[in-house]
Amino acid sequence: MVNLSAYILVAVVLFGIGTVGVMISRNVIILFMSVELMLNAANLALIAFSRALNVHDGHVFVFLVLTIAAAEAAVGLAMVITLYRNRETVNIDRFDMLKR
Amino acid sequence: MDITSASIDFGIIWPEVTLLVAAAVILVLPFFRITTRFSPAIAFIGLVVAALLAANQWDSPNSGFYGMVTCDNFGVAFKLIFVLTSGLALLMAHRYLAARGINRPEFYALLLISSTGMMVMANTTDLVVIFLGLEVMSVPLYVMAGLARRSLESNEAGIKYFIMGAFASSFLLMGIALVFGAAATTDLRRIVADFSFIMSSSQPYLVAGVGLLVVGFGFKIAAVPFHTWVPDVYQGAPTPVTALFSVGPKAAGFAAILRVFTYGFVDLEVLTTLFWILAVLTMTTGNVLALRQDNVKRLLAYSSIAHAGYILVAMVAGGPAGTSAAIFYLVAYAMFNLGGFAVVTLLETRSGCQSDFSELAGLGKAHPYLSTVLALFMFALAGFPPTVGFFGKFYVFSAAVKSGFIWLTVIGVLNSFLSVYYYLRVVKTTFLDRAETTFVPVRYSPAIIVVLIITAAGTLGIGFFPQHLLEFSQSAIFAFL
Repeated sequence: MVNLSAYILVAVVLFGIGTVGVMISRNVIILFMSVELMLNAANLALIAFSRALNVHDGHVFVFLVLTIAAAEAAVGLAMVITLYRNRETVNIDRFDMLKR
Repeated sequence: MDITSASIDFGIIWPEVTLLVAAAVILVLPFFRITTRFSPAIAFIGLVVAALLAANQWDSPNSGFYGMVTCDNFGVAFKLIFVLTSGLALLMAHRYLAARGINRPEFYALLLISSTGMMVMANTTDLVVIFLGLEVMSVPLYVMAGLARRSLESNEAGIKYFIMGAFASSFLLMGIALVFGAAATTDLRRIVADFSFIMSSSQPYLVAGVGLLVVGFGFKIAAVPFHTWVPDVYQGAPTPVTALFSVGPKAAGFAAILRVFTYGFVDLEVLTTLFWILAVLTMTTGNVLALRQDNVKRLLAYSSIAHAGYILVAMVAGGPAGTSAAIFYLVAYAMFNLGGFAVVTLLETRSGCQSDFSELAGLGKAHPYLSTVLALFMFALAGFPPTVGFFGKFYVFSAAVKSGFIWLTVIGVLNSFLSVYYYLRVVKTTFLDRAETTFVPVRYSPAIIVVLIITAAGTLGIGFFPQHLLEFSQSAIFAFL
């Protein structure tokens, strides 16, 4: 039996990797994957807490989060496709039409 | 989840259900080969019915769905704000979208679904339901920002808003997970009841969780330093959608923030200092960066950041006075800000108009009435009496003084003076500058005239009789939760 803090440590590390990914990545698809990683880090934390505290709410919340992540993915990928059709690039640095 | 206390009670979500039904009707109409010309009308009827149903819930606090949905005056007040905002955005949108060739029925369905999300977000004390409402609100907004599929600016606004929104949501979710780990519940009422016990048993998780919640909500209300996406998204999105962005999600974010931080974690003293700093940064950065903008949409974007700062001042003041001042300010801000965007929308129905300052020149001569109304909104944004903008700032700052935040008030008032410069610059360009080319006249539509009349009447009318809105905002926090 691995104790709770180990799970939370993994979740926090995953969340950190996701955050760094969003900040340094230039490719929209990778940005998107990093955000998904952050959401799943939160899922891991919810499950771990739920088991440790013996409160089952967390398990249910994970299903909600999965659904929301799927909805976000559908919208996000559709937008990336539209963008690629118009610009033929997914590099975030090239999206500088709007004034800084 | 409190299984024992209450049952499922559909009565308290009728406004939300109405909006969803209207959205569903709009979405299925094309399949039955029924003309989609009626979709704005259906959306409008849905909003009106939802407003009536919401008003009917006034003064009857209730809770349902096993305690996960609450319905108090605070939530109902916000429901009315959301319906007002969406209704005005809808009236603005029709002609604008038609002029740009993007008048599709989906827009109206997305608008209604997004409003439903805002309502869900404001009417719960459960962190997970707040998150759910936030996502139901945000996902349609991402699509609406990128609605003009062929426009590169709109594409860019959509993808930027999507990335930042999803990024913020994951912070919020991680925060909720950590708070859940500390408190073994996500219901704010139970967190408040057991607060000292939770603090003593699992302080690190709770503090880390609350910190992440501040970051997540900070992105949503565009508090500095989480504001970087705002100018680009506001400029690139279709203007009626920008009008909605500047009020709807912001009000929903503040509804959730007021619930979570001035009720749920009110005993966490470090939060007051944190929000003090956020308020000062948000007001100052917004106003300073607005000074050198040459595009009206970008100027209004920075001004909306500054106004979020003023509402944060009310939040720092806290207590009943601060909360009711925040609601008063949100209603006032909805009036004059939507009015300002309505004028910009009207100008942009002419082809090729980007709302740069140079394009405003000559408006005063060509359209004296429209220019006067624009000037009224600018005076209200700057906080001149007798507009409602003055009373909004007055109540916010007097609440802050009563709670002893003298320096915060001083900084806020100095910021208001600073903002006068760039608002008056708009008025000056409109009336005094000479147009370089002949001014192409705008064509009014009945809907936009209605919007201008409502917002102008609200800006001046509440300015002359502020006591009605004051009573409304004070009874909104009666029976809070």
